[in-house]
Amino acid sequence: MWQQLLPGLRMMLVLTVLTGLIYPLAVTGLCQVLFRDKANGSLITVNDQVVGSALIGQNFSKARYFQPRPSAAGNDGYDGTASGGSNLGPTNQKLIDRVKASVDKFHKENPSYTGPLPADLVTMSGSGLDPHISPASAVAQVDRVARARRLSPDQIRSLIDAHTEGRDLGFLGEPRVNVLLLNMDLDRQFPARR
Amino acid sequence: MTWSSLFQTLVFLALLVAIAKPLGAFMAAVFEGGRTFLSRPLRPIEHFIYRACGVNPELQQNWTAYAASCLSFGLINFFFFYALLRWQQFLPLNPERFGTLHPPPGAIPMTSDLAFNTAVSFLTNTSWQSYAGESTLSYLSQMLGITVQSFTSAAAGMAVAVALIRGFARQGTDRLGNFWVDITRATLYVLLPISFLGALFLCSQGVIQNFHPYGQVITVEGARQTIALGPVASQEPIKLISSDGGGFFNVNSAHPFENPTPLTNLVEMLLILAIPAAFPFTFGVMANNRRHGRALFVAMALLFAGGCLITAWSEQSGNPALKVRGGNMEGKETRFGIAASAVFSVVSTASSDGAVNSAHDSYMPLSTLVQMFNLKSGEVIFGGTGSGIMSMILIVLVTIFIAGLMVGRSPEYLGKKIEGKEIKMVMLALVVTAAATLLFSCLPLLVNLPPGNYWNSGAPLASNLGNPGPHGLSEILYAYGSAVATNGSAMAGLNTNTPWFNLTLGLGMLIGRFLTIIPALAIAGSLARKKTMFTTIGTMPTDGWLFVFLLLGTIFLVTALTFFPAFCLGPIAEAYRIR
Repeated sequence: MWQQLLPGLRMMLVLTVLTGLIYPLAVTGLCQVLFRDKANGSLITVNDQVVGSALIGQNFSKARYFQPRPSAAGNDGYDGTASGGSNLGPTNQKLIDRVKASVDKFHKENPSYTGPLPADLVTMSGSGLDPHISPASAVAQVDRVARARRLSPDQIRSLIDAHTEGRDLGFLGEPRVNVLLLNMDLDRQFPARR
Repeated sequence: MTWSSLFQTLVFLALLVAIAKPLGAFMAAVFEGGRTFLSRPLRPIEHFIYRACGVNPELQQNWTAYAASCLSFGLINFFFFYALLRWQQFLPLNPERFGTLHPPPGAIPMTSDLAFNTAVSFLTNTSWQSYAGESTLSYLSQMLGITVQSFTSAAAGMAVAVALIRGFARQGTDRLGNFWVDITRATLYVLLPISFLGALFLCSQGVIQNFHPYGQVITVEGARQTIALGPVASQEPIKLISSDGGGFFNVNSAHPFENPTPLTNLVEMLLILAIPAAFPFTFGVMANNRRHGRALFVAMALLFAGGCLITAWSEQSGNPALKVRGGNMEGKETRFGIAASAVFSVVSTASSDGAVNSAHDSYMPLSTLVQMFNLKSGEVIFGGTGSGIMSMILIVLVTIFIAGLMVGRSPEYLGKKIEGKEIKMVMLALVVTAAATLLFSCLPLLVNLPPGNYWNSGAPLASNLGNPGPHGLSEILYAYGSAVATNGSAMAGLNTNTPWFNLTLGLGMLIGRFLTIIPALAIAGSLARKKTMFTTIGTMPTDGWLFVFLLLGTIFLVTALTFFPAFCLGPIAEAYRIR
């Protein structure tokens, strides 16, 4: 055993330098040169102030913005340092009550919407940082946003269409709308009257 | 179950076959020391490593020396990683000041039991995580600890699998190869090149790679948001191909910085299964029976496809209690949807990787049953990097033995007589791991800790559950199943960051890893001595459909007889509560 420990120690040190220093530093160098924006978190800057990341969701509660999915990350949701899901099982009464409360709240805020809601709009994502909602969930909020901004629903709907990303390569994943990018575009194209 | 999810599953399987076969042949060439297209640039580095470590690459080890090298390497890695975790506050690359007197709010302290659990977890290739990466570990701990252990534990797993294969390929010798040579080759020719290319691709799609302090954001509505950053892209591919699976962030591959698009999701699933799916072909080439290697692959692929179909159907059917449309989206990301999440959950649990792209705790009961079956069948459905083929060969030995008993002929496998010694070793591995899973799962239900105890931070053990009823029992069964199978995925509602769970899960991982490796090496040592006999008309064929179905039957039988009662109390009982 002892005669194994010395080569083991040396092997550990060599592999640590190779795979723990040289490899990650080489990757960092190349990524910072080739994909600088993405390597740093796809951050979005407006007037020298970082307003978010295109990949990380954030809270929206005002009626004139599209709202994201409920989030279990941190105490207030969308905490970028505390990713997490609800981890509630399908038969847990807490989950059933929470979803029912979300559904009721949605119907109160969007009285024109009838029928069952798209599942993603009232369930929590696995990461708690999901930047997307489904196109159906965006369309469900059109009337509310249009009224809050005094626009016609059609103007909003065409903006949703422009922001709908299809399945990757035509078959992977699901169609989706990035909530932050959609809302920023909404502010840019139709500034709210104050 | 929709056409879209069926199509995504089929494309994934087709790509996997296309990758596995050439990769399997390449790995066989690497481990036999042959020339490959990477030999010219990497051979000098390989020889430099041998010189630096004082290793004589010509020296061949018998099974005990090989096992001793493997164990001592694990031991050294454990001490190094443990020290790194406990002293991360004194070391550089810690912009968030974890472990110091002024940690950020919400940081998780690196206690001795958590450091033990984490070090064991990564050295055994499990990557059970009782902590959340972004609120516990410094960038240096992620790089020098997690990333390095992913490489070394995967290399060790591959080395042992190759040694076992040599037991079939050689005759009349007790020499199985050189552990140090095998891990060097695995790292240099297989793991590093794939990781490097994978890291660049993932970064090009949005996976981050930097050493900045966490980003400070003023959101559109004027609130503050802090965004965790770090060197993720370099860790991501080795997390996947090593079948280690320890995420940089708490939610692993559900985090948009680890897995930003459905395309990266596909690539990540391929990275997880590439080496495990290639190993049957490596086995076929090295043991000079390619048809047998292919039969093993087919058996694995059938079980895998079945699991995907059941999970996708059960998730698409959704949770009737919620009265919404579009399947069970709780715990899943919009960009992946039902199909890409369901397939990933099967990839994750079948492969012993344990990386997840959705919350396994929120899956429907039938899907949980599939996940648990994958864990408790001993990770033979492709399985871990190296450890998968090893566990599969053990199950094949049981199959051949049973078949031999049925026809009354002494069993033979690839020309080697299977005798009492081999079967005893197989049974040691199977019985001890199954018993460890079930006994450790029982303890939290039986042990009554007094209030104010040290072992569970003052609370009774049942208070750690995230869900009531059968689902809560599933959480415990899943946790120990995952630890002993060295998988590392979790139904994360269960809080395991207390001394009790950290220590028992750590023991489970050590049992699951080393009480499979040591018996497997003992079998290899015994087989290598035996003469290879010629195939006769009375030899049981190991390459046709008859063999595939016998093997599948054995897998179901062994798993069902051992775990069916436990499954009944957990996911099956919960399934009857869904209406």
